[in-house]
Amino acid sequence: MHPVLNQRDRTMSEDAPASTATAEKKLPKDLAAENGMVNVQIDGHWIQVPRGTRMIEAAKMAEKEVPHYCYHPKLSSPGNCRMCLVQMGMPPRPAPGADPEYGDDGYQEIGWMPRPVIACANTVAENMGIRTTGELVEDTRKGVMEFLLINHPLDCPICDQAGECKLQEFSVEHGSGQSRFQETKIKKPKNVDIGKNIRLDDERCIMCSRCIRFMDEVAEESVLGFSQRGTHTSVTVHPGHRLDNNYSLNTADICPVGALTSNDFRFQMRVWFLKETKSIDTNCGTGANTVIWTRGNEIFRVTPRQNDEVNSAWMPDSHRLAFHSLQTEDRLTRPLIKKDDQHGESTWLEATSKAAEGLSMRQPNEVAIIASGRLSNEELFLTQKIAQSIGTDLVSIVPRKGESDGKLVSADRNPNTTGANLIFGTDEACAKLDAIREGVIAGRIKSLIVLQEDLLAEAGFKKEDLEKLDHLVVTHTHANSTAAQANVVFPGTGFAEKRATYVNVTGRLQRANQAVIAPGEARDDWEILSALLGKLDKDYQAPASMDGVFNALAKEVSAFNDQTFGSIGDLGVSITETGVTIPLLEQEKARKESGIIVG
Amino acid sequence: MAIIKVQRPKLSAGEKIYFGSIFKGMIITLRHAFRSLVGKSVGAKELNSSGVGITMQYPEQKWDEELPEYYRGTPALVTDELDRERCVSCQLCEFICPPKAIKITPGEIPSSDEWAKVEKRPQAFDIDMIRCIYCGMCEEVCPEQAIYLRPDYVVTGTTRKEMVHDKDRLYEIGGKRVGLVNKWNDLK
Repeated sequence: MHPVLNQRDRTMSEDAPASTATAEKKLPKDLAAENGMVNVQIDGHWIQVPRGTRMIEAAKMAEKEVPHYCYHPKLSSPGNCRMCLVQMGMPPRPAPGADPEYGDDGYQEIGWMPRPVIACANTVAENMGIRTTGELVEDTRKGVMEFLLINHPLDCPICDQAGECKLQEFSVEHGSGQSRFQETKIKKPKNVDIGKNIRLDDERCIMCSRCIRFMDEVAEESVLGFSQRGTHTSVTVHPGHRLDNNYSLNTADICPVGALTSNDFRFQMRVWFLKETKSIDTNCGTGANTVIWTRGNEIFRVTPRQNDEVNSAWMPDSHRLAFHSLQTEDRLTRPLIKKDDQHGESTWLEATSKAAEGLSMRQPNEVAIIASGRLSNEELFLTQKIAQSIGTDLVSIVPRKGESDGKLVSADRNPNTTGANLIFGTDEACAKLDAIREGVIAGRIKSLIVLQEDLLAEAGFKKEDLEKLDHLVVTHTHANSTAAQANVVFPGTGFAEKRATYVNVTGRLQRANQAVIAPGEARDDWEILSALLGKLDKDYQAPASMDGVFNALAKEVSAFNDQTFGSIGDLGVSITETGVTIPLLEQEKARKESGIIVG
Repeated sequence: MAIIKVQRPKLSAGEKIYFGSIFKGMIITLRHAFRSLVGKSVGAKELNSSGVGITMQYPEQKWDEELPEYYRGTPALVTDELDRERCVSCQLCEFICPPKAIKITPGEIPSSDEWAKVEKRPQAFDIDMIRCIYCGMCEEVCPEQAIYLRPDYVVTGTTRKEMVHDKDRLYEIGGKRVGLVNKWNDLK
């Protein structure tokens, strides 16, 4: 993030020449000011931080944790939880006419304030001191924790947040373990249905207002607010409204306690059983960074992962709940071959031979490939190779246009249109779809390969069109009407079941990791394509792993040059300029520039 | 290292033919056999003998009354005095269980239920008694005092499936347990 320099080291190194030189010795404050920085002493150590940094962020740079509930870097800071109280000190104001006195190290002496201040909404100043430990700070934290827990129902065994609850964590770290509260706890509404994805439990709420600010500032649908006063304060949804926004589940993510929980994940599994896999979302061109939470071979939830170049810290509900479609009963699990109008289970070897046979007996212009914008770069690369080996130029993806929601949902619902454009070397990878459709209707095209697409449902094909084909090869994850027509069906894998790379609408190369194993005999799509290519092209050397395909891709397609699966990293790298921006990031940038948020 | 040569003991002629010792041993054995037949074995009474020797005839005879109070037998779920499920399926026992014998499927209590206040209860609760090592960690970790190790130790079955105790079986073994559990209390 920001460069953190140890000021003491820096002045020491400059001490020797300064003492001999005639030039006046520069004070640390002047050295820092040259770079727009200020010197701050945090727990006894001087560091330089950019001017205007919040104290809590300065402490983070010094690797000191300041516990907090209401503060969130992507939201405004109301400073209402009081958990981030620290001790602050400034140099005493000199008497009229007196000059400030500097010590041997070049700093003024700090006069410590007798009362704590909140670290989240105060900014640092030159020569400021911050203490994140010490008797005063520890006592305040203990006091704040005691107040927060006064009316807390302590239903952790029932609460879904248990295990990732900040109230639990800070209670262990800073609380007292005993309650001195003798009176009856205040009762508030529990288990309130406030929206289709979110459940509210007001008793657990600590009034940090993160959810309210999120709905106001990021989702821009102010349906949440506080009602009542004093200890009766509770979060409510405005009368006549519901929390049905497509970003509502982010409020459950940022809720530091279990007041807002996800209906979808409600009582499904305790979080400590879940394994986290970093991945990306493949439901639209934005490619929001995600974490997939699994136990065994089952996905339990998908949550956003912070990437300031893609999705900030948020994710739309519609996309995060889409994983359920992977865990349905109608998944394809074995290769199928059609005999006498009836699909029968087959082996991979037989199905691949059968698929290749029907393709190679045709003239090149009688074969077409309909790929998908949902395929990864590696799969599209192999698709291109298959097309080259057959000799056809009839390759297209199926466009999937929707409307942008002005935030994170891109108008392009294909996760990899940019990748397809780069690999096919066109501006419009879906341009030839109409030509292929007409060719099929006119009977010019005899053999068709369809990859991860349902032509009848999404590409404007009709059942009688496909009946004209002699040979139809389909790969898909689910049984569908196009696959029902196919001569050979290969069971493919879904987004969480493979390692793969995608290029999002802004031209950022990102990678998805495998979180679960595909059901039955389903194989990675690149393996299916590689096996098929091996049958069509006798000289083809099938790589041993997906990385091999990616390396070949990186060698041949210029935009991918010098990339490896490892070099992409968790946050991705920008490989091309598309001129497309993500609206939510633009809004965030504006709020950051106006100083509302830290960002 | 020094090597010490051990001298074999010199045996007399009587010791060498060893019949004397065998004869002596047989007399002792026969004496005990006779005593047990007439019901006069030493300690037979204290060990709750069946009458022949000091042997207890299990399973016709059992030692259940003698089991100590802290005896750890099969783990089971308990209900409270109003037959409400104490378990809220927090899955801490599943987490702590060293041999991973416990498997819980959590579920929501429908709002139509009289005790919907608690919101959560197990949909399924299986303990694999082939895996269980009777360590009692589940009982120790339970925040709702819902799982106890009962004195029952006879867990038998002819199939693996029979050896998995499901929720109904666990409540059947566990029975009722009376005592204060705060979660039903409306004021808490």
